[in-house]
Amino acid sequence: MTDTVLFYVFALLVLGGGVLTITRKSAVHSAIYLIISLIGVGGLYLLQQAEFLFAVQIILYVGGVMLLFLFVIMLVNLEQAATERQFNKQWWIALACVLAVGAELAYVLYRGAAAFQFARPSETPPAPGMGNTEILAQVLFSEYLLPFEVASVLLLVAVVGSVIMAKKRI
Amino acid sequence: MPAAVPLSWYLVLSAVLFSLGVAGFFFRRNIITMFMSIELMLNAVNLSFVAFSFQLKQVSGNIFAFFVMVVAAAEAAVGLAIILTVFKNRATLNVDRIDSMKY
Repeated sequence: MTDTVLFYVFALLVLGGGVLTITRKSAVHSAIYLIISLIGVGGLYLLQQAEFLFAVQIILYVGGVMLLFLFVIMLVNLEQAATERQFNKQWWIALACVLAVGAELAYVLYRGAAAFQFARPSETPPAPGMGNTEILAQVLFSEYLLPFEVASVLLLVAVVGSVIMAKKRI
Repeated sequence: MPAAVPLSWYLVLSAVLFSLGVAGFFFRRNIITMFMSIELMLNAVNLSFVAFSFQLKQVSGNIFAFFVMVVAAAEAAVGLAIILTVFKNRATLNVDRIDSMKY
């Protein structure tokens, strides 16, 4: 019961934030509403016992990526951008594309379980007394060690690339 | 503990959020808002990853969502640097005016 109520609250945050993100005229307002939407997604992670991902969502998305967005919005000239038209001229093509994506998703969801090939639920449930973060750490540093290292190299490349690109003179 | 909220609810929510992201990407002309719509789509996909991971009691969904977040962070850093450079050179954020590769 509590779960259902919480799901509705977080879903409202997510969808309300999402709708306001794509409709607000000012980029700063969009960013603030996107933060609300991301916090809602984090709450849904918490509802599904993914505590580690909740923490990562708050630290990395809300604290990192959105801060970066706000800084970039401050660095660019928004007064001029706000006076221009915000929405596409070819709105009917865009509408057709959105309806196509929506119809595709609706069809798959309507077919239900027949549309998916489910993985079998894990036979060995994780050891009791182990938190989500502990389990994730064990799997991440054993089974997924190579992707983890590749991800760190990717982040290094991204940092170097963005510094070089944002420099005044290369 | 039985799941109180069925998987399908999460999937529908994720599908709606993804469609919102697609709509924002297609309708908006401001390059920063388009970028935010991409973040919305990534979060929608992450949500279904975590939902499946929770319902099937497989930890790999969580791991994959984590890697998606890492790639999203890298993408945001590089993308915002590109936006800054474009703004410095063209003095506009409107994607209709950044069209030198179109002709």
